[in-house]
Amino acid sequence: MKLAIKRIGFLVVVLGLWQLVYSLGVFEDIVFPSPIKVGVALYEGFADGDFIKALGASFRHLFMGLSLAILFGTVIGVLLGKSKQADETAGMYLIALQSIPSIVWVPLAIMLFGFSEFAVVFVVVLGGTFVMALNVRTAIYSVPPHLVRAARTMGTNGIPLFFRVEVPSSIPYFMTGLRLAWAFSWRALMAGELLSNGPGLGYSLRYAQDYARMDQVIAIIIIIGVIGAVVDQVVFSKLERNVRKRWGLLKS
Amino acid sequence: MFLSIDQVGKTFNGKGGDGFEVFSGIDLNIEENQFVSLLGPSGCGKSTLLSMVAGLEDVTTGSIRLEGEEIRKAGPDRGMVFQQPSLFPWLNVKENVLFPLKRHGSKKEAEERVDRFLQMVHLSRFKENYTHELSGGMQQRVAIARALAMDPKVLLMDEPFGALDEQTRHILHEELMKIWQETQKTILFVTHSIQEAIKLSDRVVVMGTRPGRIIADFAVDLPRPRKRDDERVIDLERKVMDLLEGEINKVLKEELHHEASY
Repeated sequence: MKLAIKRIGFLVVVLGLWQLVYSLGVFEDIVFPSPIKVGVALYEGFADGDFIKALGASFRHLFMGLSLAILFGTVIGVLLGKSKQADETAGMYLIALQSIPSIVWVPLAIMLFGFSEFAVVFVVVLGGTFVMALNVRTAIYSVPPHLVRAARTMGTNGIPLFFRVEVPSSIPYFMTGLRLAWAFSWRALMAGELLSNGPGLGYSLRYAQDYARMDQVIAIIIIIGVIGAVVDQVVFSKLERNVRKRWGLLKS
Repeated sequence: MFLSIDQVGKTFNGKGGDGFEVFSGIDLNIEENQFVSLLGPSGCGKSTLLSMVAGLEDVTTGSIRLEGEEIRKAGPDRGMVFQQPSLFPWLNVKENVLFPLKRHGSKKEAEERVDRFLQMVHLSRFKENYTHELSGGMQQRVAIARALAMDPKVLLMDEPFGALDEQTRHILHEELMKIWQETQKTILFVTHSIQEAIKLSDRVVVMGTRPGRIIADFAVDLPRPRKRDDERVIDLERKVMDLLEGEINKVLKEELHHEASY
């Protein structure tokens, strides 16, 4: 309860400062809307369904892109984790690829696929795949050798060993991979949509900018932030924590 | 012979092609239902030898046979208990013991076996618990139950109580004695504790180091339960201690020399 009060208090202070700067007229109204105006923009956006439509499109892109990223990332990660040959050959490039900010892929995607939704999904896939692959690789590496030895003394080898020991033992790292893949994909999605021809939240953001609707711009930024935080806290962090607890990696 | 280790040697391949020989020419025969301890200072290769019997390490030279059949890889006819309990944290106690029984026989039969062996180690109450909710001693008992549940011909134990506190170790010694008498398993038990070896075994095989080899083989012909203050136990302890002292000094001297050369 105390935590909630602290957090709400902080928000009130930020809103107060915002209102103060607005009231002092430091910036022109058109570039610096008041909190109330942004609130109204938020309300109107949802009321007339524009934001809902944009959100729906964004989640569709995200769902497709993230699913593919998880799939590709897992396959690449398992391959690199299991085969020393593959890791020595390609492992280093994976780290290089993962360090490329996803917005960098946008021009490439547009040239390849035009201003289509597919281009957006492509960027999302690239945004999530490499971080997923790196975490799955770590997950495979981190299977404790003594568990593998124990399983072998019980006559478990080969494919059953992989599915009965290595896979379940990897799940905590896999969950971290999921959380990070989501976070990277979400960022990539916004980068991709910003330069796309819509629909999507990122596209709405640019559209608002083109029409100098600063209240809408800020409203959309708030939506992006809130969704990012809520999905992380309510879905992925929670999932990760529960798994770690269950695996005995966390004091309960 | 039930378990025969015949002229067995082990060399680990070094990086520059020069191998490191742990031991060579080890001969050891173990009879069925015997409780045999391998005792020695660190570095003598006792754990390596046990891993070779388990099939987790390759045999460089010689051969190991169980009931006449040469051991080439790990299998459920040799159960192993490690120093770390090595339980699967994503499974509860019951599922851990069930692990080696999956896909063998009926489910009902398997569950009955699990119940029986969990009862034997007095953990029936904790069937549904996850392993990280148990103490170290309890985890090790689950590991013992798991190894026994697949009904191995030999039970291999690699310093299974080494990481436990004194009291827990004593309790588990007694439990292990009971289990051994009840199941009549052949047990090969690796330890560096002289007391532990003498307290538990029918036979204590003492190993030396640099190079690893068997330096003595005692039959412990004393009635159980053996008391620490029994004259005969103390006598035997002293005898083994004298034997090992030379070996331990050798290791220390070599390590000090190694240090000095840096």
